Amino acid sequence: MKNNNAQINKEPKTSSRSLALTALEDFNGFAIYHSGRFVLFAVSFNTVLIVLLIFYFVIQQGLPFFKNFDTIEFFTSKQWYPEADNPKFGALSIIFGSLYVTISALLLAVPAAILAAVFLSEIVSHKIRNYVKPVIELLAAIPSVAYGFFAVLVLAPFLQTHFGLSTGTNALNASLILSIMALPTIISVAEDSITAIGRDLREASYGLGATRFETIFKVVIPAAHSGIIAAIVLGMMRAIGETMVVWMASGNANQIPSPWWDLTQSVRTMTATIAGDMGETSKGSPHYQSLFAIGIVLLAMTFLLNIISEYFLASAGKNSRKK
Amino acid sequence: MSDKKAIIKSENFCFYYGSKIGVKNISMEIYPKSVTAIIGPSGCGKSTFLRSINRINDLIANIKTKGVLLVKGHNVYDKNTNLVNLRQQVGMVFQKPNPFPKSIFDNVAYGPRLQGVKKRSYLQQIVEEKLKAAALWGEVKDELNKSALALSGGQQQRLCIARALATNPDILLMDEPCSALDPIATGKIEDLIDKLQTDYTIVIVTHNMQQAARVSERTAFFCLGELIEYDSTVKIFRNPAKKQTEDYVTGRFG
Repeated sequence: MKNNNAQINKEPKTSSRSLALTALEDFNGFAIYHSGRFVLFAVSFNTVLIVLLIFYFVIQQGLPFFKNFDTIEFFTSKQWYPEADNPKFGALSIIFGSLYVTISALLLAVPAAILAAVFLSEIVSHKIRNYVKPVIELLAAIPSVAYGFFAVLVLAPFLQTHFGLSTGTNALNASLILSIMALPTIISVAEDSITAIGRDLREASYGLGATRFETIFKVVIPAAHSGIIAAIVLGMMRAIGETMVVWMASGNANQIPSPWWDLTQSVRTMTATIAGDMGETSKGSPHYQSLFAIGIVLLAMTFLLNIISEYFLASAGKNSRKK
Repeated sequence: MSDKKAIIKSENFCFYYGSKIGVKNISMEIYPKSVTAIIGPSGCGKSTFLRSINRINDLIANIKTKGVLLVKGHNVYDKNTNLVNLRQQVGMVFQKPNPFPKSIFDNVAYGPRLQGVKKRSYLQQIVEEKLKAAALWGEVKDELNKSALALSGGQQQRLCIARALATNPDILLMDEPCSALDPIATGKIEDLIDKLQTDYTIVIVTHNMQQAARVSERTAFFCLGELIEYDSTVKIFRNPAKKQTEDYVTGRFG
């Protein structure tokens, strides 16, 4: 015993401290642990609550519309006269308009974005990539109204004078701008997923005599397909939910272009309709409710796209962990 | 052995990563249709040398070489080297099994497809033949369309061997092919190596000295980027000429 004590005295003081907590220390630890937990829970629950409230509010405001008016007409008719004496609420061309500019924008953006992602991850050196990628991501930080300005003041006159169009604000204009806005999202996520494909797969491909082109297109891109699909869906969400640009650039004509592939005609999107009409309606009126009904459709679409992108991002993560 | 003509021959071969030396002044001859093992402590340059033979090290930026590295009489670091042909004739199996995230069939068919084989029946024939050569056919013949990632580690590595064989190489480079595998899977790969040496020249880098002793005919001992000793495996392990080699193979060092 004596021997032991002598040894302990030589050690730094800490070793003589009790290994058991005092009652006060025990209580303090308990209090800090639980109050900290509560604060963090409250903060994170807030975000969830906000999302749920948005869903609740939009559905609560929009649902009466589907009860009071003809739901089938809403989805199938092109007649949108919300303020007429005998109002008509056919949102087909508006829903079509949103999908139309979104899909056209993606057709322009996806090939360019994937090639850019391949270029950044496979062709240029890491150093250049580390400069270029933040600049591309900066595109996402430009306010959409600035893009809208560009669409109205630069692109519209350009389209009018060089292609002889009657109006420069049309589906083509909106699609072009939307595609530029979707680029940073798609490039960034796709580049991440391509870079995440390990060197081992590339080496396997080169080792079998593949060229760089073959390695990229037969091994790397197929292996990264989950992340690339997620990138495309995220870009699609960006495009379909975009309001300001399409409002300014699409021409806001409530019509389905005829022939359907004629991008130079004006269209009107769901987002632009909501933003444009909301100020002119009185709360609780059929027109007001119809805008929320459009909101429900929009919310359902983005929610669905979100689930799809989560699914593919999750499986992309699983794949890269496996390696 | 030495009456045979060397299929790989290096003369004062040096390899640099930037200013860092990977290997220096390697002169050795590797003989066809035999297993040659390269052993040595970590960082001794054995993988660097192996990966120079099919120039897979080219993927790393800023590399430099000196000296000559001949494969079938052609200096692979010549400017006019056809890398596609080189890598099809010098197949490689990597440390970690790295099958493509494709089906078993597509993995093996990858090389032949690059060579332009399109006919399904011919591809099927190649896939069957190479999977048999890699001793994997019996285990996977009913599930060729299953993802290669669903296979076990040892099966994946044999698939990678089949995939490498499918380009009809003369030489097979193996970079610690068993280091990620358990002893049973390792045993299967070693049996396979033993079988394959009747048709292929195999160069295997290994950390595991018993493995080198079991599978190889000749062994090279590398240390700090240099070739210390290169002789028949029996001689290296029983009666090495250099003290350094003896210290390493008896476990006193490394």
